[in-house]
Amino acid sequence: MRDVAVVSFAQTKNVRRENRRNEVEMLIPVVQEAVEKSGVPKQEIGFYCSGSSDYLAGQSFSFVMAVDCLGAWPPIAESHVEMDGAWALYEAWIKIQCGEADSALIFSFGRSSPGVIRETLVLQLDPYTLAPLGADPVSLAALQARALLESTDHSEREMAEVAARNRSNAKNNPYAQLTGDFDVDELLAEPYFVSPLRKHDCAPISDGATAIVIAADDVARKASKKPAWIRGIDHRIESHQLGLRDLSQSTSTSLAGEKAGAIDIDVAELHAPFSHQELILRDALSLGDDVKINPSGGALAANSVMVAGLTRIGEAANAIWDGTARRALGHATSGPCLQQNLVCVLEGE
Amino acid sequence: MAEHCAVIGVGQTQHDAKRIDVSQYGLVREAAERALEDAGMTYADIDAVVVGKAPDMFEGVMMPELMLADSLGAVGKPMLRVHTAGSVGGSTAIVAASLIQAGVHDRVLTVSYEKQSESNAMWALSVKVPFQQGMVAGAGGYFAPLIRAYMKRSGAPEDTGIRVALKDRQNALKNPYAHLKLEGIDFDQIANSPMLWDPIRYLETCPSSDGACAMVLGNAAVAKKAPKKPAWVHATAMRTEPTMFSGRDQVNPQAGQDCARVLYKKAGISDPRKEIDCCEIYVPFSWFEPMWMENLHFAPESEGWKMTYEGATALDGDLPVNMSGGVLSSNPIGASGMLRFAEIANQIRGEAGEHQVDGAKKGLGHAYGGGSQFFSMWIVGDQPL
Amino acid sequence: MSEAKQPIKSIVTPSRLEYDFTPGIATTRFLRHMEEGRIVGQRCAECTKVYVPARGSCPRCGVATKEEVEVGPNGTVTTFCVVRVPSENIDLTLPYTAAHILLDGADIPFFALIQECDAADVRMGMRVEAVWAAKEEWGPTFENIRYFRPIDEPDVPFDDFKEHL
Repeated sequence: MRDVAVVSFAQTKNVRRENRRNEVEMLIPVVQEAVEKSGVPKQEIGFYCSGSSDYLAGQSFSFVMAVDCLGAWPPIAESHVEMDGAWALYEAWIKIQCGEADSALIFSFGRSSPGVIRETLVLQLDPYTLAPLGADPVSLAALQARALLESTDHSEREMAEVAARNRSNAKNNPYAQLTGDFDVDELLAEPYFVSPLRKHDCAPISDGATAIVIAADDVARKASKKPAWIRGIDHRIESHQLGLRDLSQSTSTSLAGEKAGAIDIDVAELHAPFSHQELILRDALSLGDDVKINPSGGALAANSVMVAGLTRIGEAANAIWDGTARRALGHATSGPCLQQNLVCVLEGE
Repeated sequence: MAEHCAVIGVGQTQHDAKRIDVSQYGLVREAAERALEDAGMTYADIDAVVVGKAPDMFEGVMMPELMLADSLGAVGKPMLRVHTAGSVGGSTAIVAASLIQAGVHDRVLTVSYEKQSESNAMWALSVKVPFQQGMVAGAGGYFAPLIRAYMKRSGAPEDTGIRVALKDRQNALKNPYAHLKLEGIDFDQIANSPMLWDPIRYLETCPSSDGACAMVLGNAAVAKKAPKKPAWVHATAMRTEPTMFSGRDQVNPQAGQDCARVLYKKAGISDPRKEIDCCEIYVPFSWFEPMWMENLHFAPESEGWKMTYEGATALDGDLPVNMSGGVLSSNPIGASGMLRFAEIANQIRGEAGEHQVDGAKKGLGHAYGGGSQFFSMWIVGDQPL
Repeated sequence: MSEAKQPIKSIVTPSRLEYDFTPGIATTRFLRHMEEGRIVGQRCAECTKVYVPARGSCPRCGVATKEEVEVGPNGTVTTFCVVRVPSENIDLTLPYTAAHILLDGADIPFFALIQECDAADVRMGMRVEAVWAAKEEWGPTFENIRYFRPIDEPDVPFDDFKEHL
């Protein structure tokens, strides 16, 4: 395997509604910042890959015009996944492993604001038996939270603590959307939103974009003073049928973590759009109390769909760069109730 | 450093306007299980699954790979979903191949499909965004002006497109999976078919189909144990250029030219016309055959039509093109590109049946997307490179 | 087999999603100019090409565009097709002509209808002008321009527009 590192990371501020700029106008400054910070000259970037969703954008082929942000001339080697950008990073990492490129730019963009995300995500379900029921993602997550609370020692108080810690951490993150100091007892006094979830247990609705540059071997060493080396990256999917899964666990995260070598982690950036999912993910990855979780505030502070997973990898790299971590973990999830999960383990020199 | 990758199993569905006899699950499994059987494997043997599909709105399901995880035996495995517009079937195969070339996996199942009949594809393409220019001419209206530009630039005879369509429709009669099989098709029927988007006639256009295509790819160790002859992946390439920019040549796009050039270089090919035995290329309107012959460096600029005219691209020509009947005969959009990649692999494996080119040793699979801005291609051969 | 045992081959599940789209900064400016009866593009500071309608960037250079340039209202047909088949949501008498029109001052053609001209008379290189809707109907929309029609000017030679087909 070639040594590949994250060498730069840029993101927009996450906002409830970006109604001034179009996707390309949002992406141009982010892509330029990622390229400049990377130290890899733009014309030398060997591969490009993006992640986004047509249903989120409300238009077929919505990724096509996004290519306009790249200045794809002369023509470039480029691909796109209809997935969170974290999987675009995986595809780019694979290309580099093949020796087809020595560096890659990965970007993703997602705006939930044009549509109603709770309605849009219903269309992610089996169209014959599940989607017609109209089960929305918050209700499905509530089913999962209930399963967790009933079958383990985890409590609603722990969920509130997760929410409070993430939003407190997010105060130091200029790109976060929902930040502040919250009192756990006061949170627990709030009414249920979809029981057992309260509003604070749910991610905000966000618009945003992220770009990352990765590079191999000497290209990374030459470009960056402190490459965040990808020591392992793996992703796994579970059954789509919720009834076939133990929702209180995330076996796909455990497996991906095992394959990616998720041990001795100092900082973990977990893509958990619901507070109870952070508890499930910590259990799945056996992250102890000594592991710092989501210094960025995680998805509970900013959750641009299709972007938030890639952002976790960027934030994990930040933890390497700012010295918080020697080994950091970035995680991304997709699908209802943590159906699909990716784990990326980063390490400093 | 890259590992060798080979196609060891190929499967496709019957393609038809509406496959209401199967669900989306059933459709992808029809192709996947044929590919697994061809490779002498079951789902349990597979390390990872790569799914490709054009826009989600064609079926009305957001990120349908999530719901397909169970039916494709992907539970507990890595699963990726690629979407690069019309080139997606090709890009998906390339991503699947790269998982093996990178040495990450030994056996990968890749599946592309479209089941347009489950939603309303025309609706999916025409969501009205108030501040964007509306479509004023329908689907073919985008391509017809480019074909006119090609005709003007090349001076190609006006019946070139009819000849391409006749060849592909006759080839389709030899392909048991083809959607459109027009028994007794002749030149006059095509020439007299209604002019839709002048200069494009009805019988010079592709249908819209439900269908799926699947391949099992393996590394060298796996390929050597495969029950049938493998097709070795010699090279893959993808290129993208912006959709609209000043001075863009949409008739002979740079991205396609560059993609082919880098592909041949990687495959050690210096004279593609001589060294490549046959091609499956993405021709949704008949006139794109001569255009792509030039773009792929098989003919000098403005002379691609001569290959059609002289019969070079016929099943018995010196460079047969679209032996399967091509996109003109079956067009499950998301799968159309993978069908090109899979059909050419079958030619190399000697598994193409009635439309087999005798002794094909090296072939090109080609897909492109949207407004000719996305290209994906591969070269496969009967021996590892 | 009784009717109850017939296989179910399809079910209909209607779904409805509403989206509130954002045009972006450049398109907003373009539409505001359209509202005033002007077609305004943007020039790329790097390659100097004028894009219309501009989306706020030069796709070739990958940089943001700012400088505004008024273009048209006359232009040249670079290529076209004659539509002889009805399409969903398009209510026009067949046959009609859809053309790539290179507006004077612009460096990229624009897709639009040609009317007041027999389809058989449309030519590559033909000069045309924009026909606007009645002023009181103008809004921030492309639809202010109803179509283009021929003007009495000599055709432009092919070599002068062959880069803009």
